[in-house]
Amino acid sequence: MQMKKVKIDSDRCKGCQLCINVCPKGCLKLSNTVNAAGFQYAIYENESKCTSCGFCFLVCPDVAIEVSRKAKPRVEE
Amino acid sequence: MKKIYFKTESLKNTIFSYCPGCGHGIIHRLVAESIDELNIRETTIGIAPVGCAVFAYDYWNFDVTEAPHGRPPAVATGIKRCCPDKIVFTYQGDGDLAAIGTAEIVHAANRGENITVFFINNANYGMTGGQMAPTTVLGQKTTTTPFGRNSSRDGYPLKICELLSSLEGVCYLERVSVTSPKNVLAAKRAIKKAFQNQILKKGFSLVEILSQCPTDWGKTPMDSIKWIDEVLSKTFPLGVYKECAKK
Repeated sequence: MQMKKVKIDSDRCKGCQLCINVCPKGCLKLSNTVNAAGFQYAIYENESKCTSCGFCFLVCPDVAIEVSRKAKPRVEE
Repeated sequence: MKKIYFKTESLKNTIFSYCPGCGHGIIHRLVAESIDELNIRETTIGIAPVGCAVFAYDYWNFDVTEAPHGRPPAVATGIKRCCPDKIVFTYQGDGDLAAIGTAEIVHAANRGENITVFFINNANYGMTGGQMAPTTVLGQKTTTTPFGRNSSRDGYPLKICELLSSLEGVCYLERVSVTSPKNVLAAKRAIKKAFQNQILKKGFSLVEILSQCPTDWGKTPMDSIKWIDEVLSKTFPLGVYKECAKK
């Protein structure tokens, strides 16, 4: 299975929307459903636009986000 | 795919008990990441305050002790003098450090204890329901100043970095905030530097971090970070207040 660039732990998320506000590409939005604690949580969409900048991770107060980036191909000299 | 940003080893899997949008979570992560990057997890002892961060030992995966209101600098002094090879830091809020524990912090700083202090300034007493703290800015509404803080009745905001910058024992003072990715990265650099100063035995380091408290300010998390940038950081300007190169 293809790994997503941004993985959100919906149980940790409290729906403060700081990541949604800071995402420069608009790849995050709030869910329509709630998690076990009763919070709407952030969900990730438009993966093709995402640049793995990590802004969402940096401002997340609940460390609910994990960001991956495609490994750069090694340049042989 | 390579993971570039992830939860570091020094943070446990426990979900933070903080309100949505609270800055404590970001600062916990920055402290944990700095400790892992400096590879000092086995030798670090943290001291949690009384306040919202009282349960910090539930979130950090290294040794943490707990001190009564405002006394973490005194406890840190004791631990550091008994075990000089340990890395000792305190994590205190503004009610804890700037109100109840002002005597402890001023004297620990004046003695030049080789400890690191993280001072989280959210301009009110967060845990007890948002009462006025010494760091509340003029005009700010809290539950005990419903018409705004008035200088003739309540005095002026206490600026800890400016206050401590006149003391000779202090090695490093910086004020940062966690309102944007740029500020978060600056905060991390400051936190890491404060630990490095202690490893190099340079002396007392304090990092003041302006943090949002959306619940007690009665604002959304987005409005809170805007308020920090527009109002709070005008009263408490960001920057380095003291940095010494002495051994």
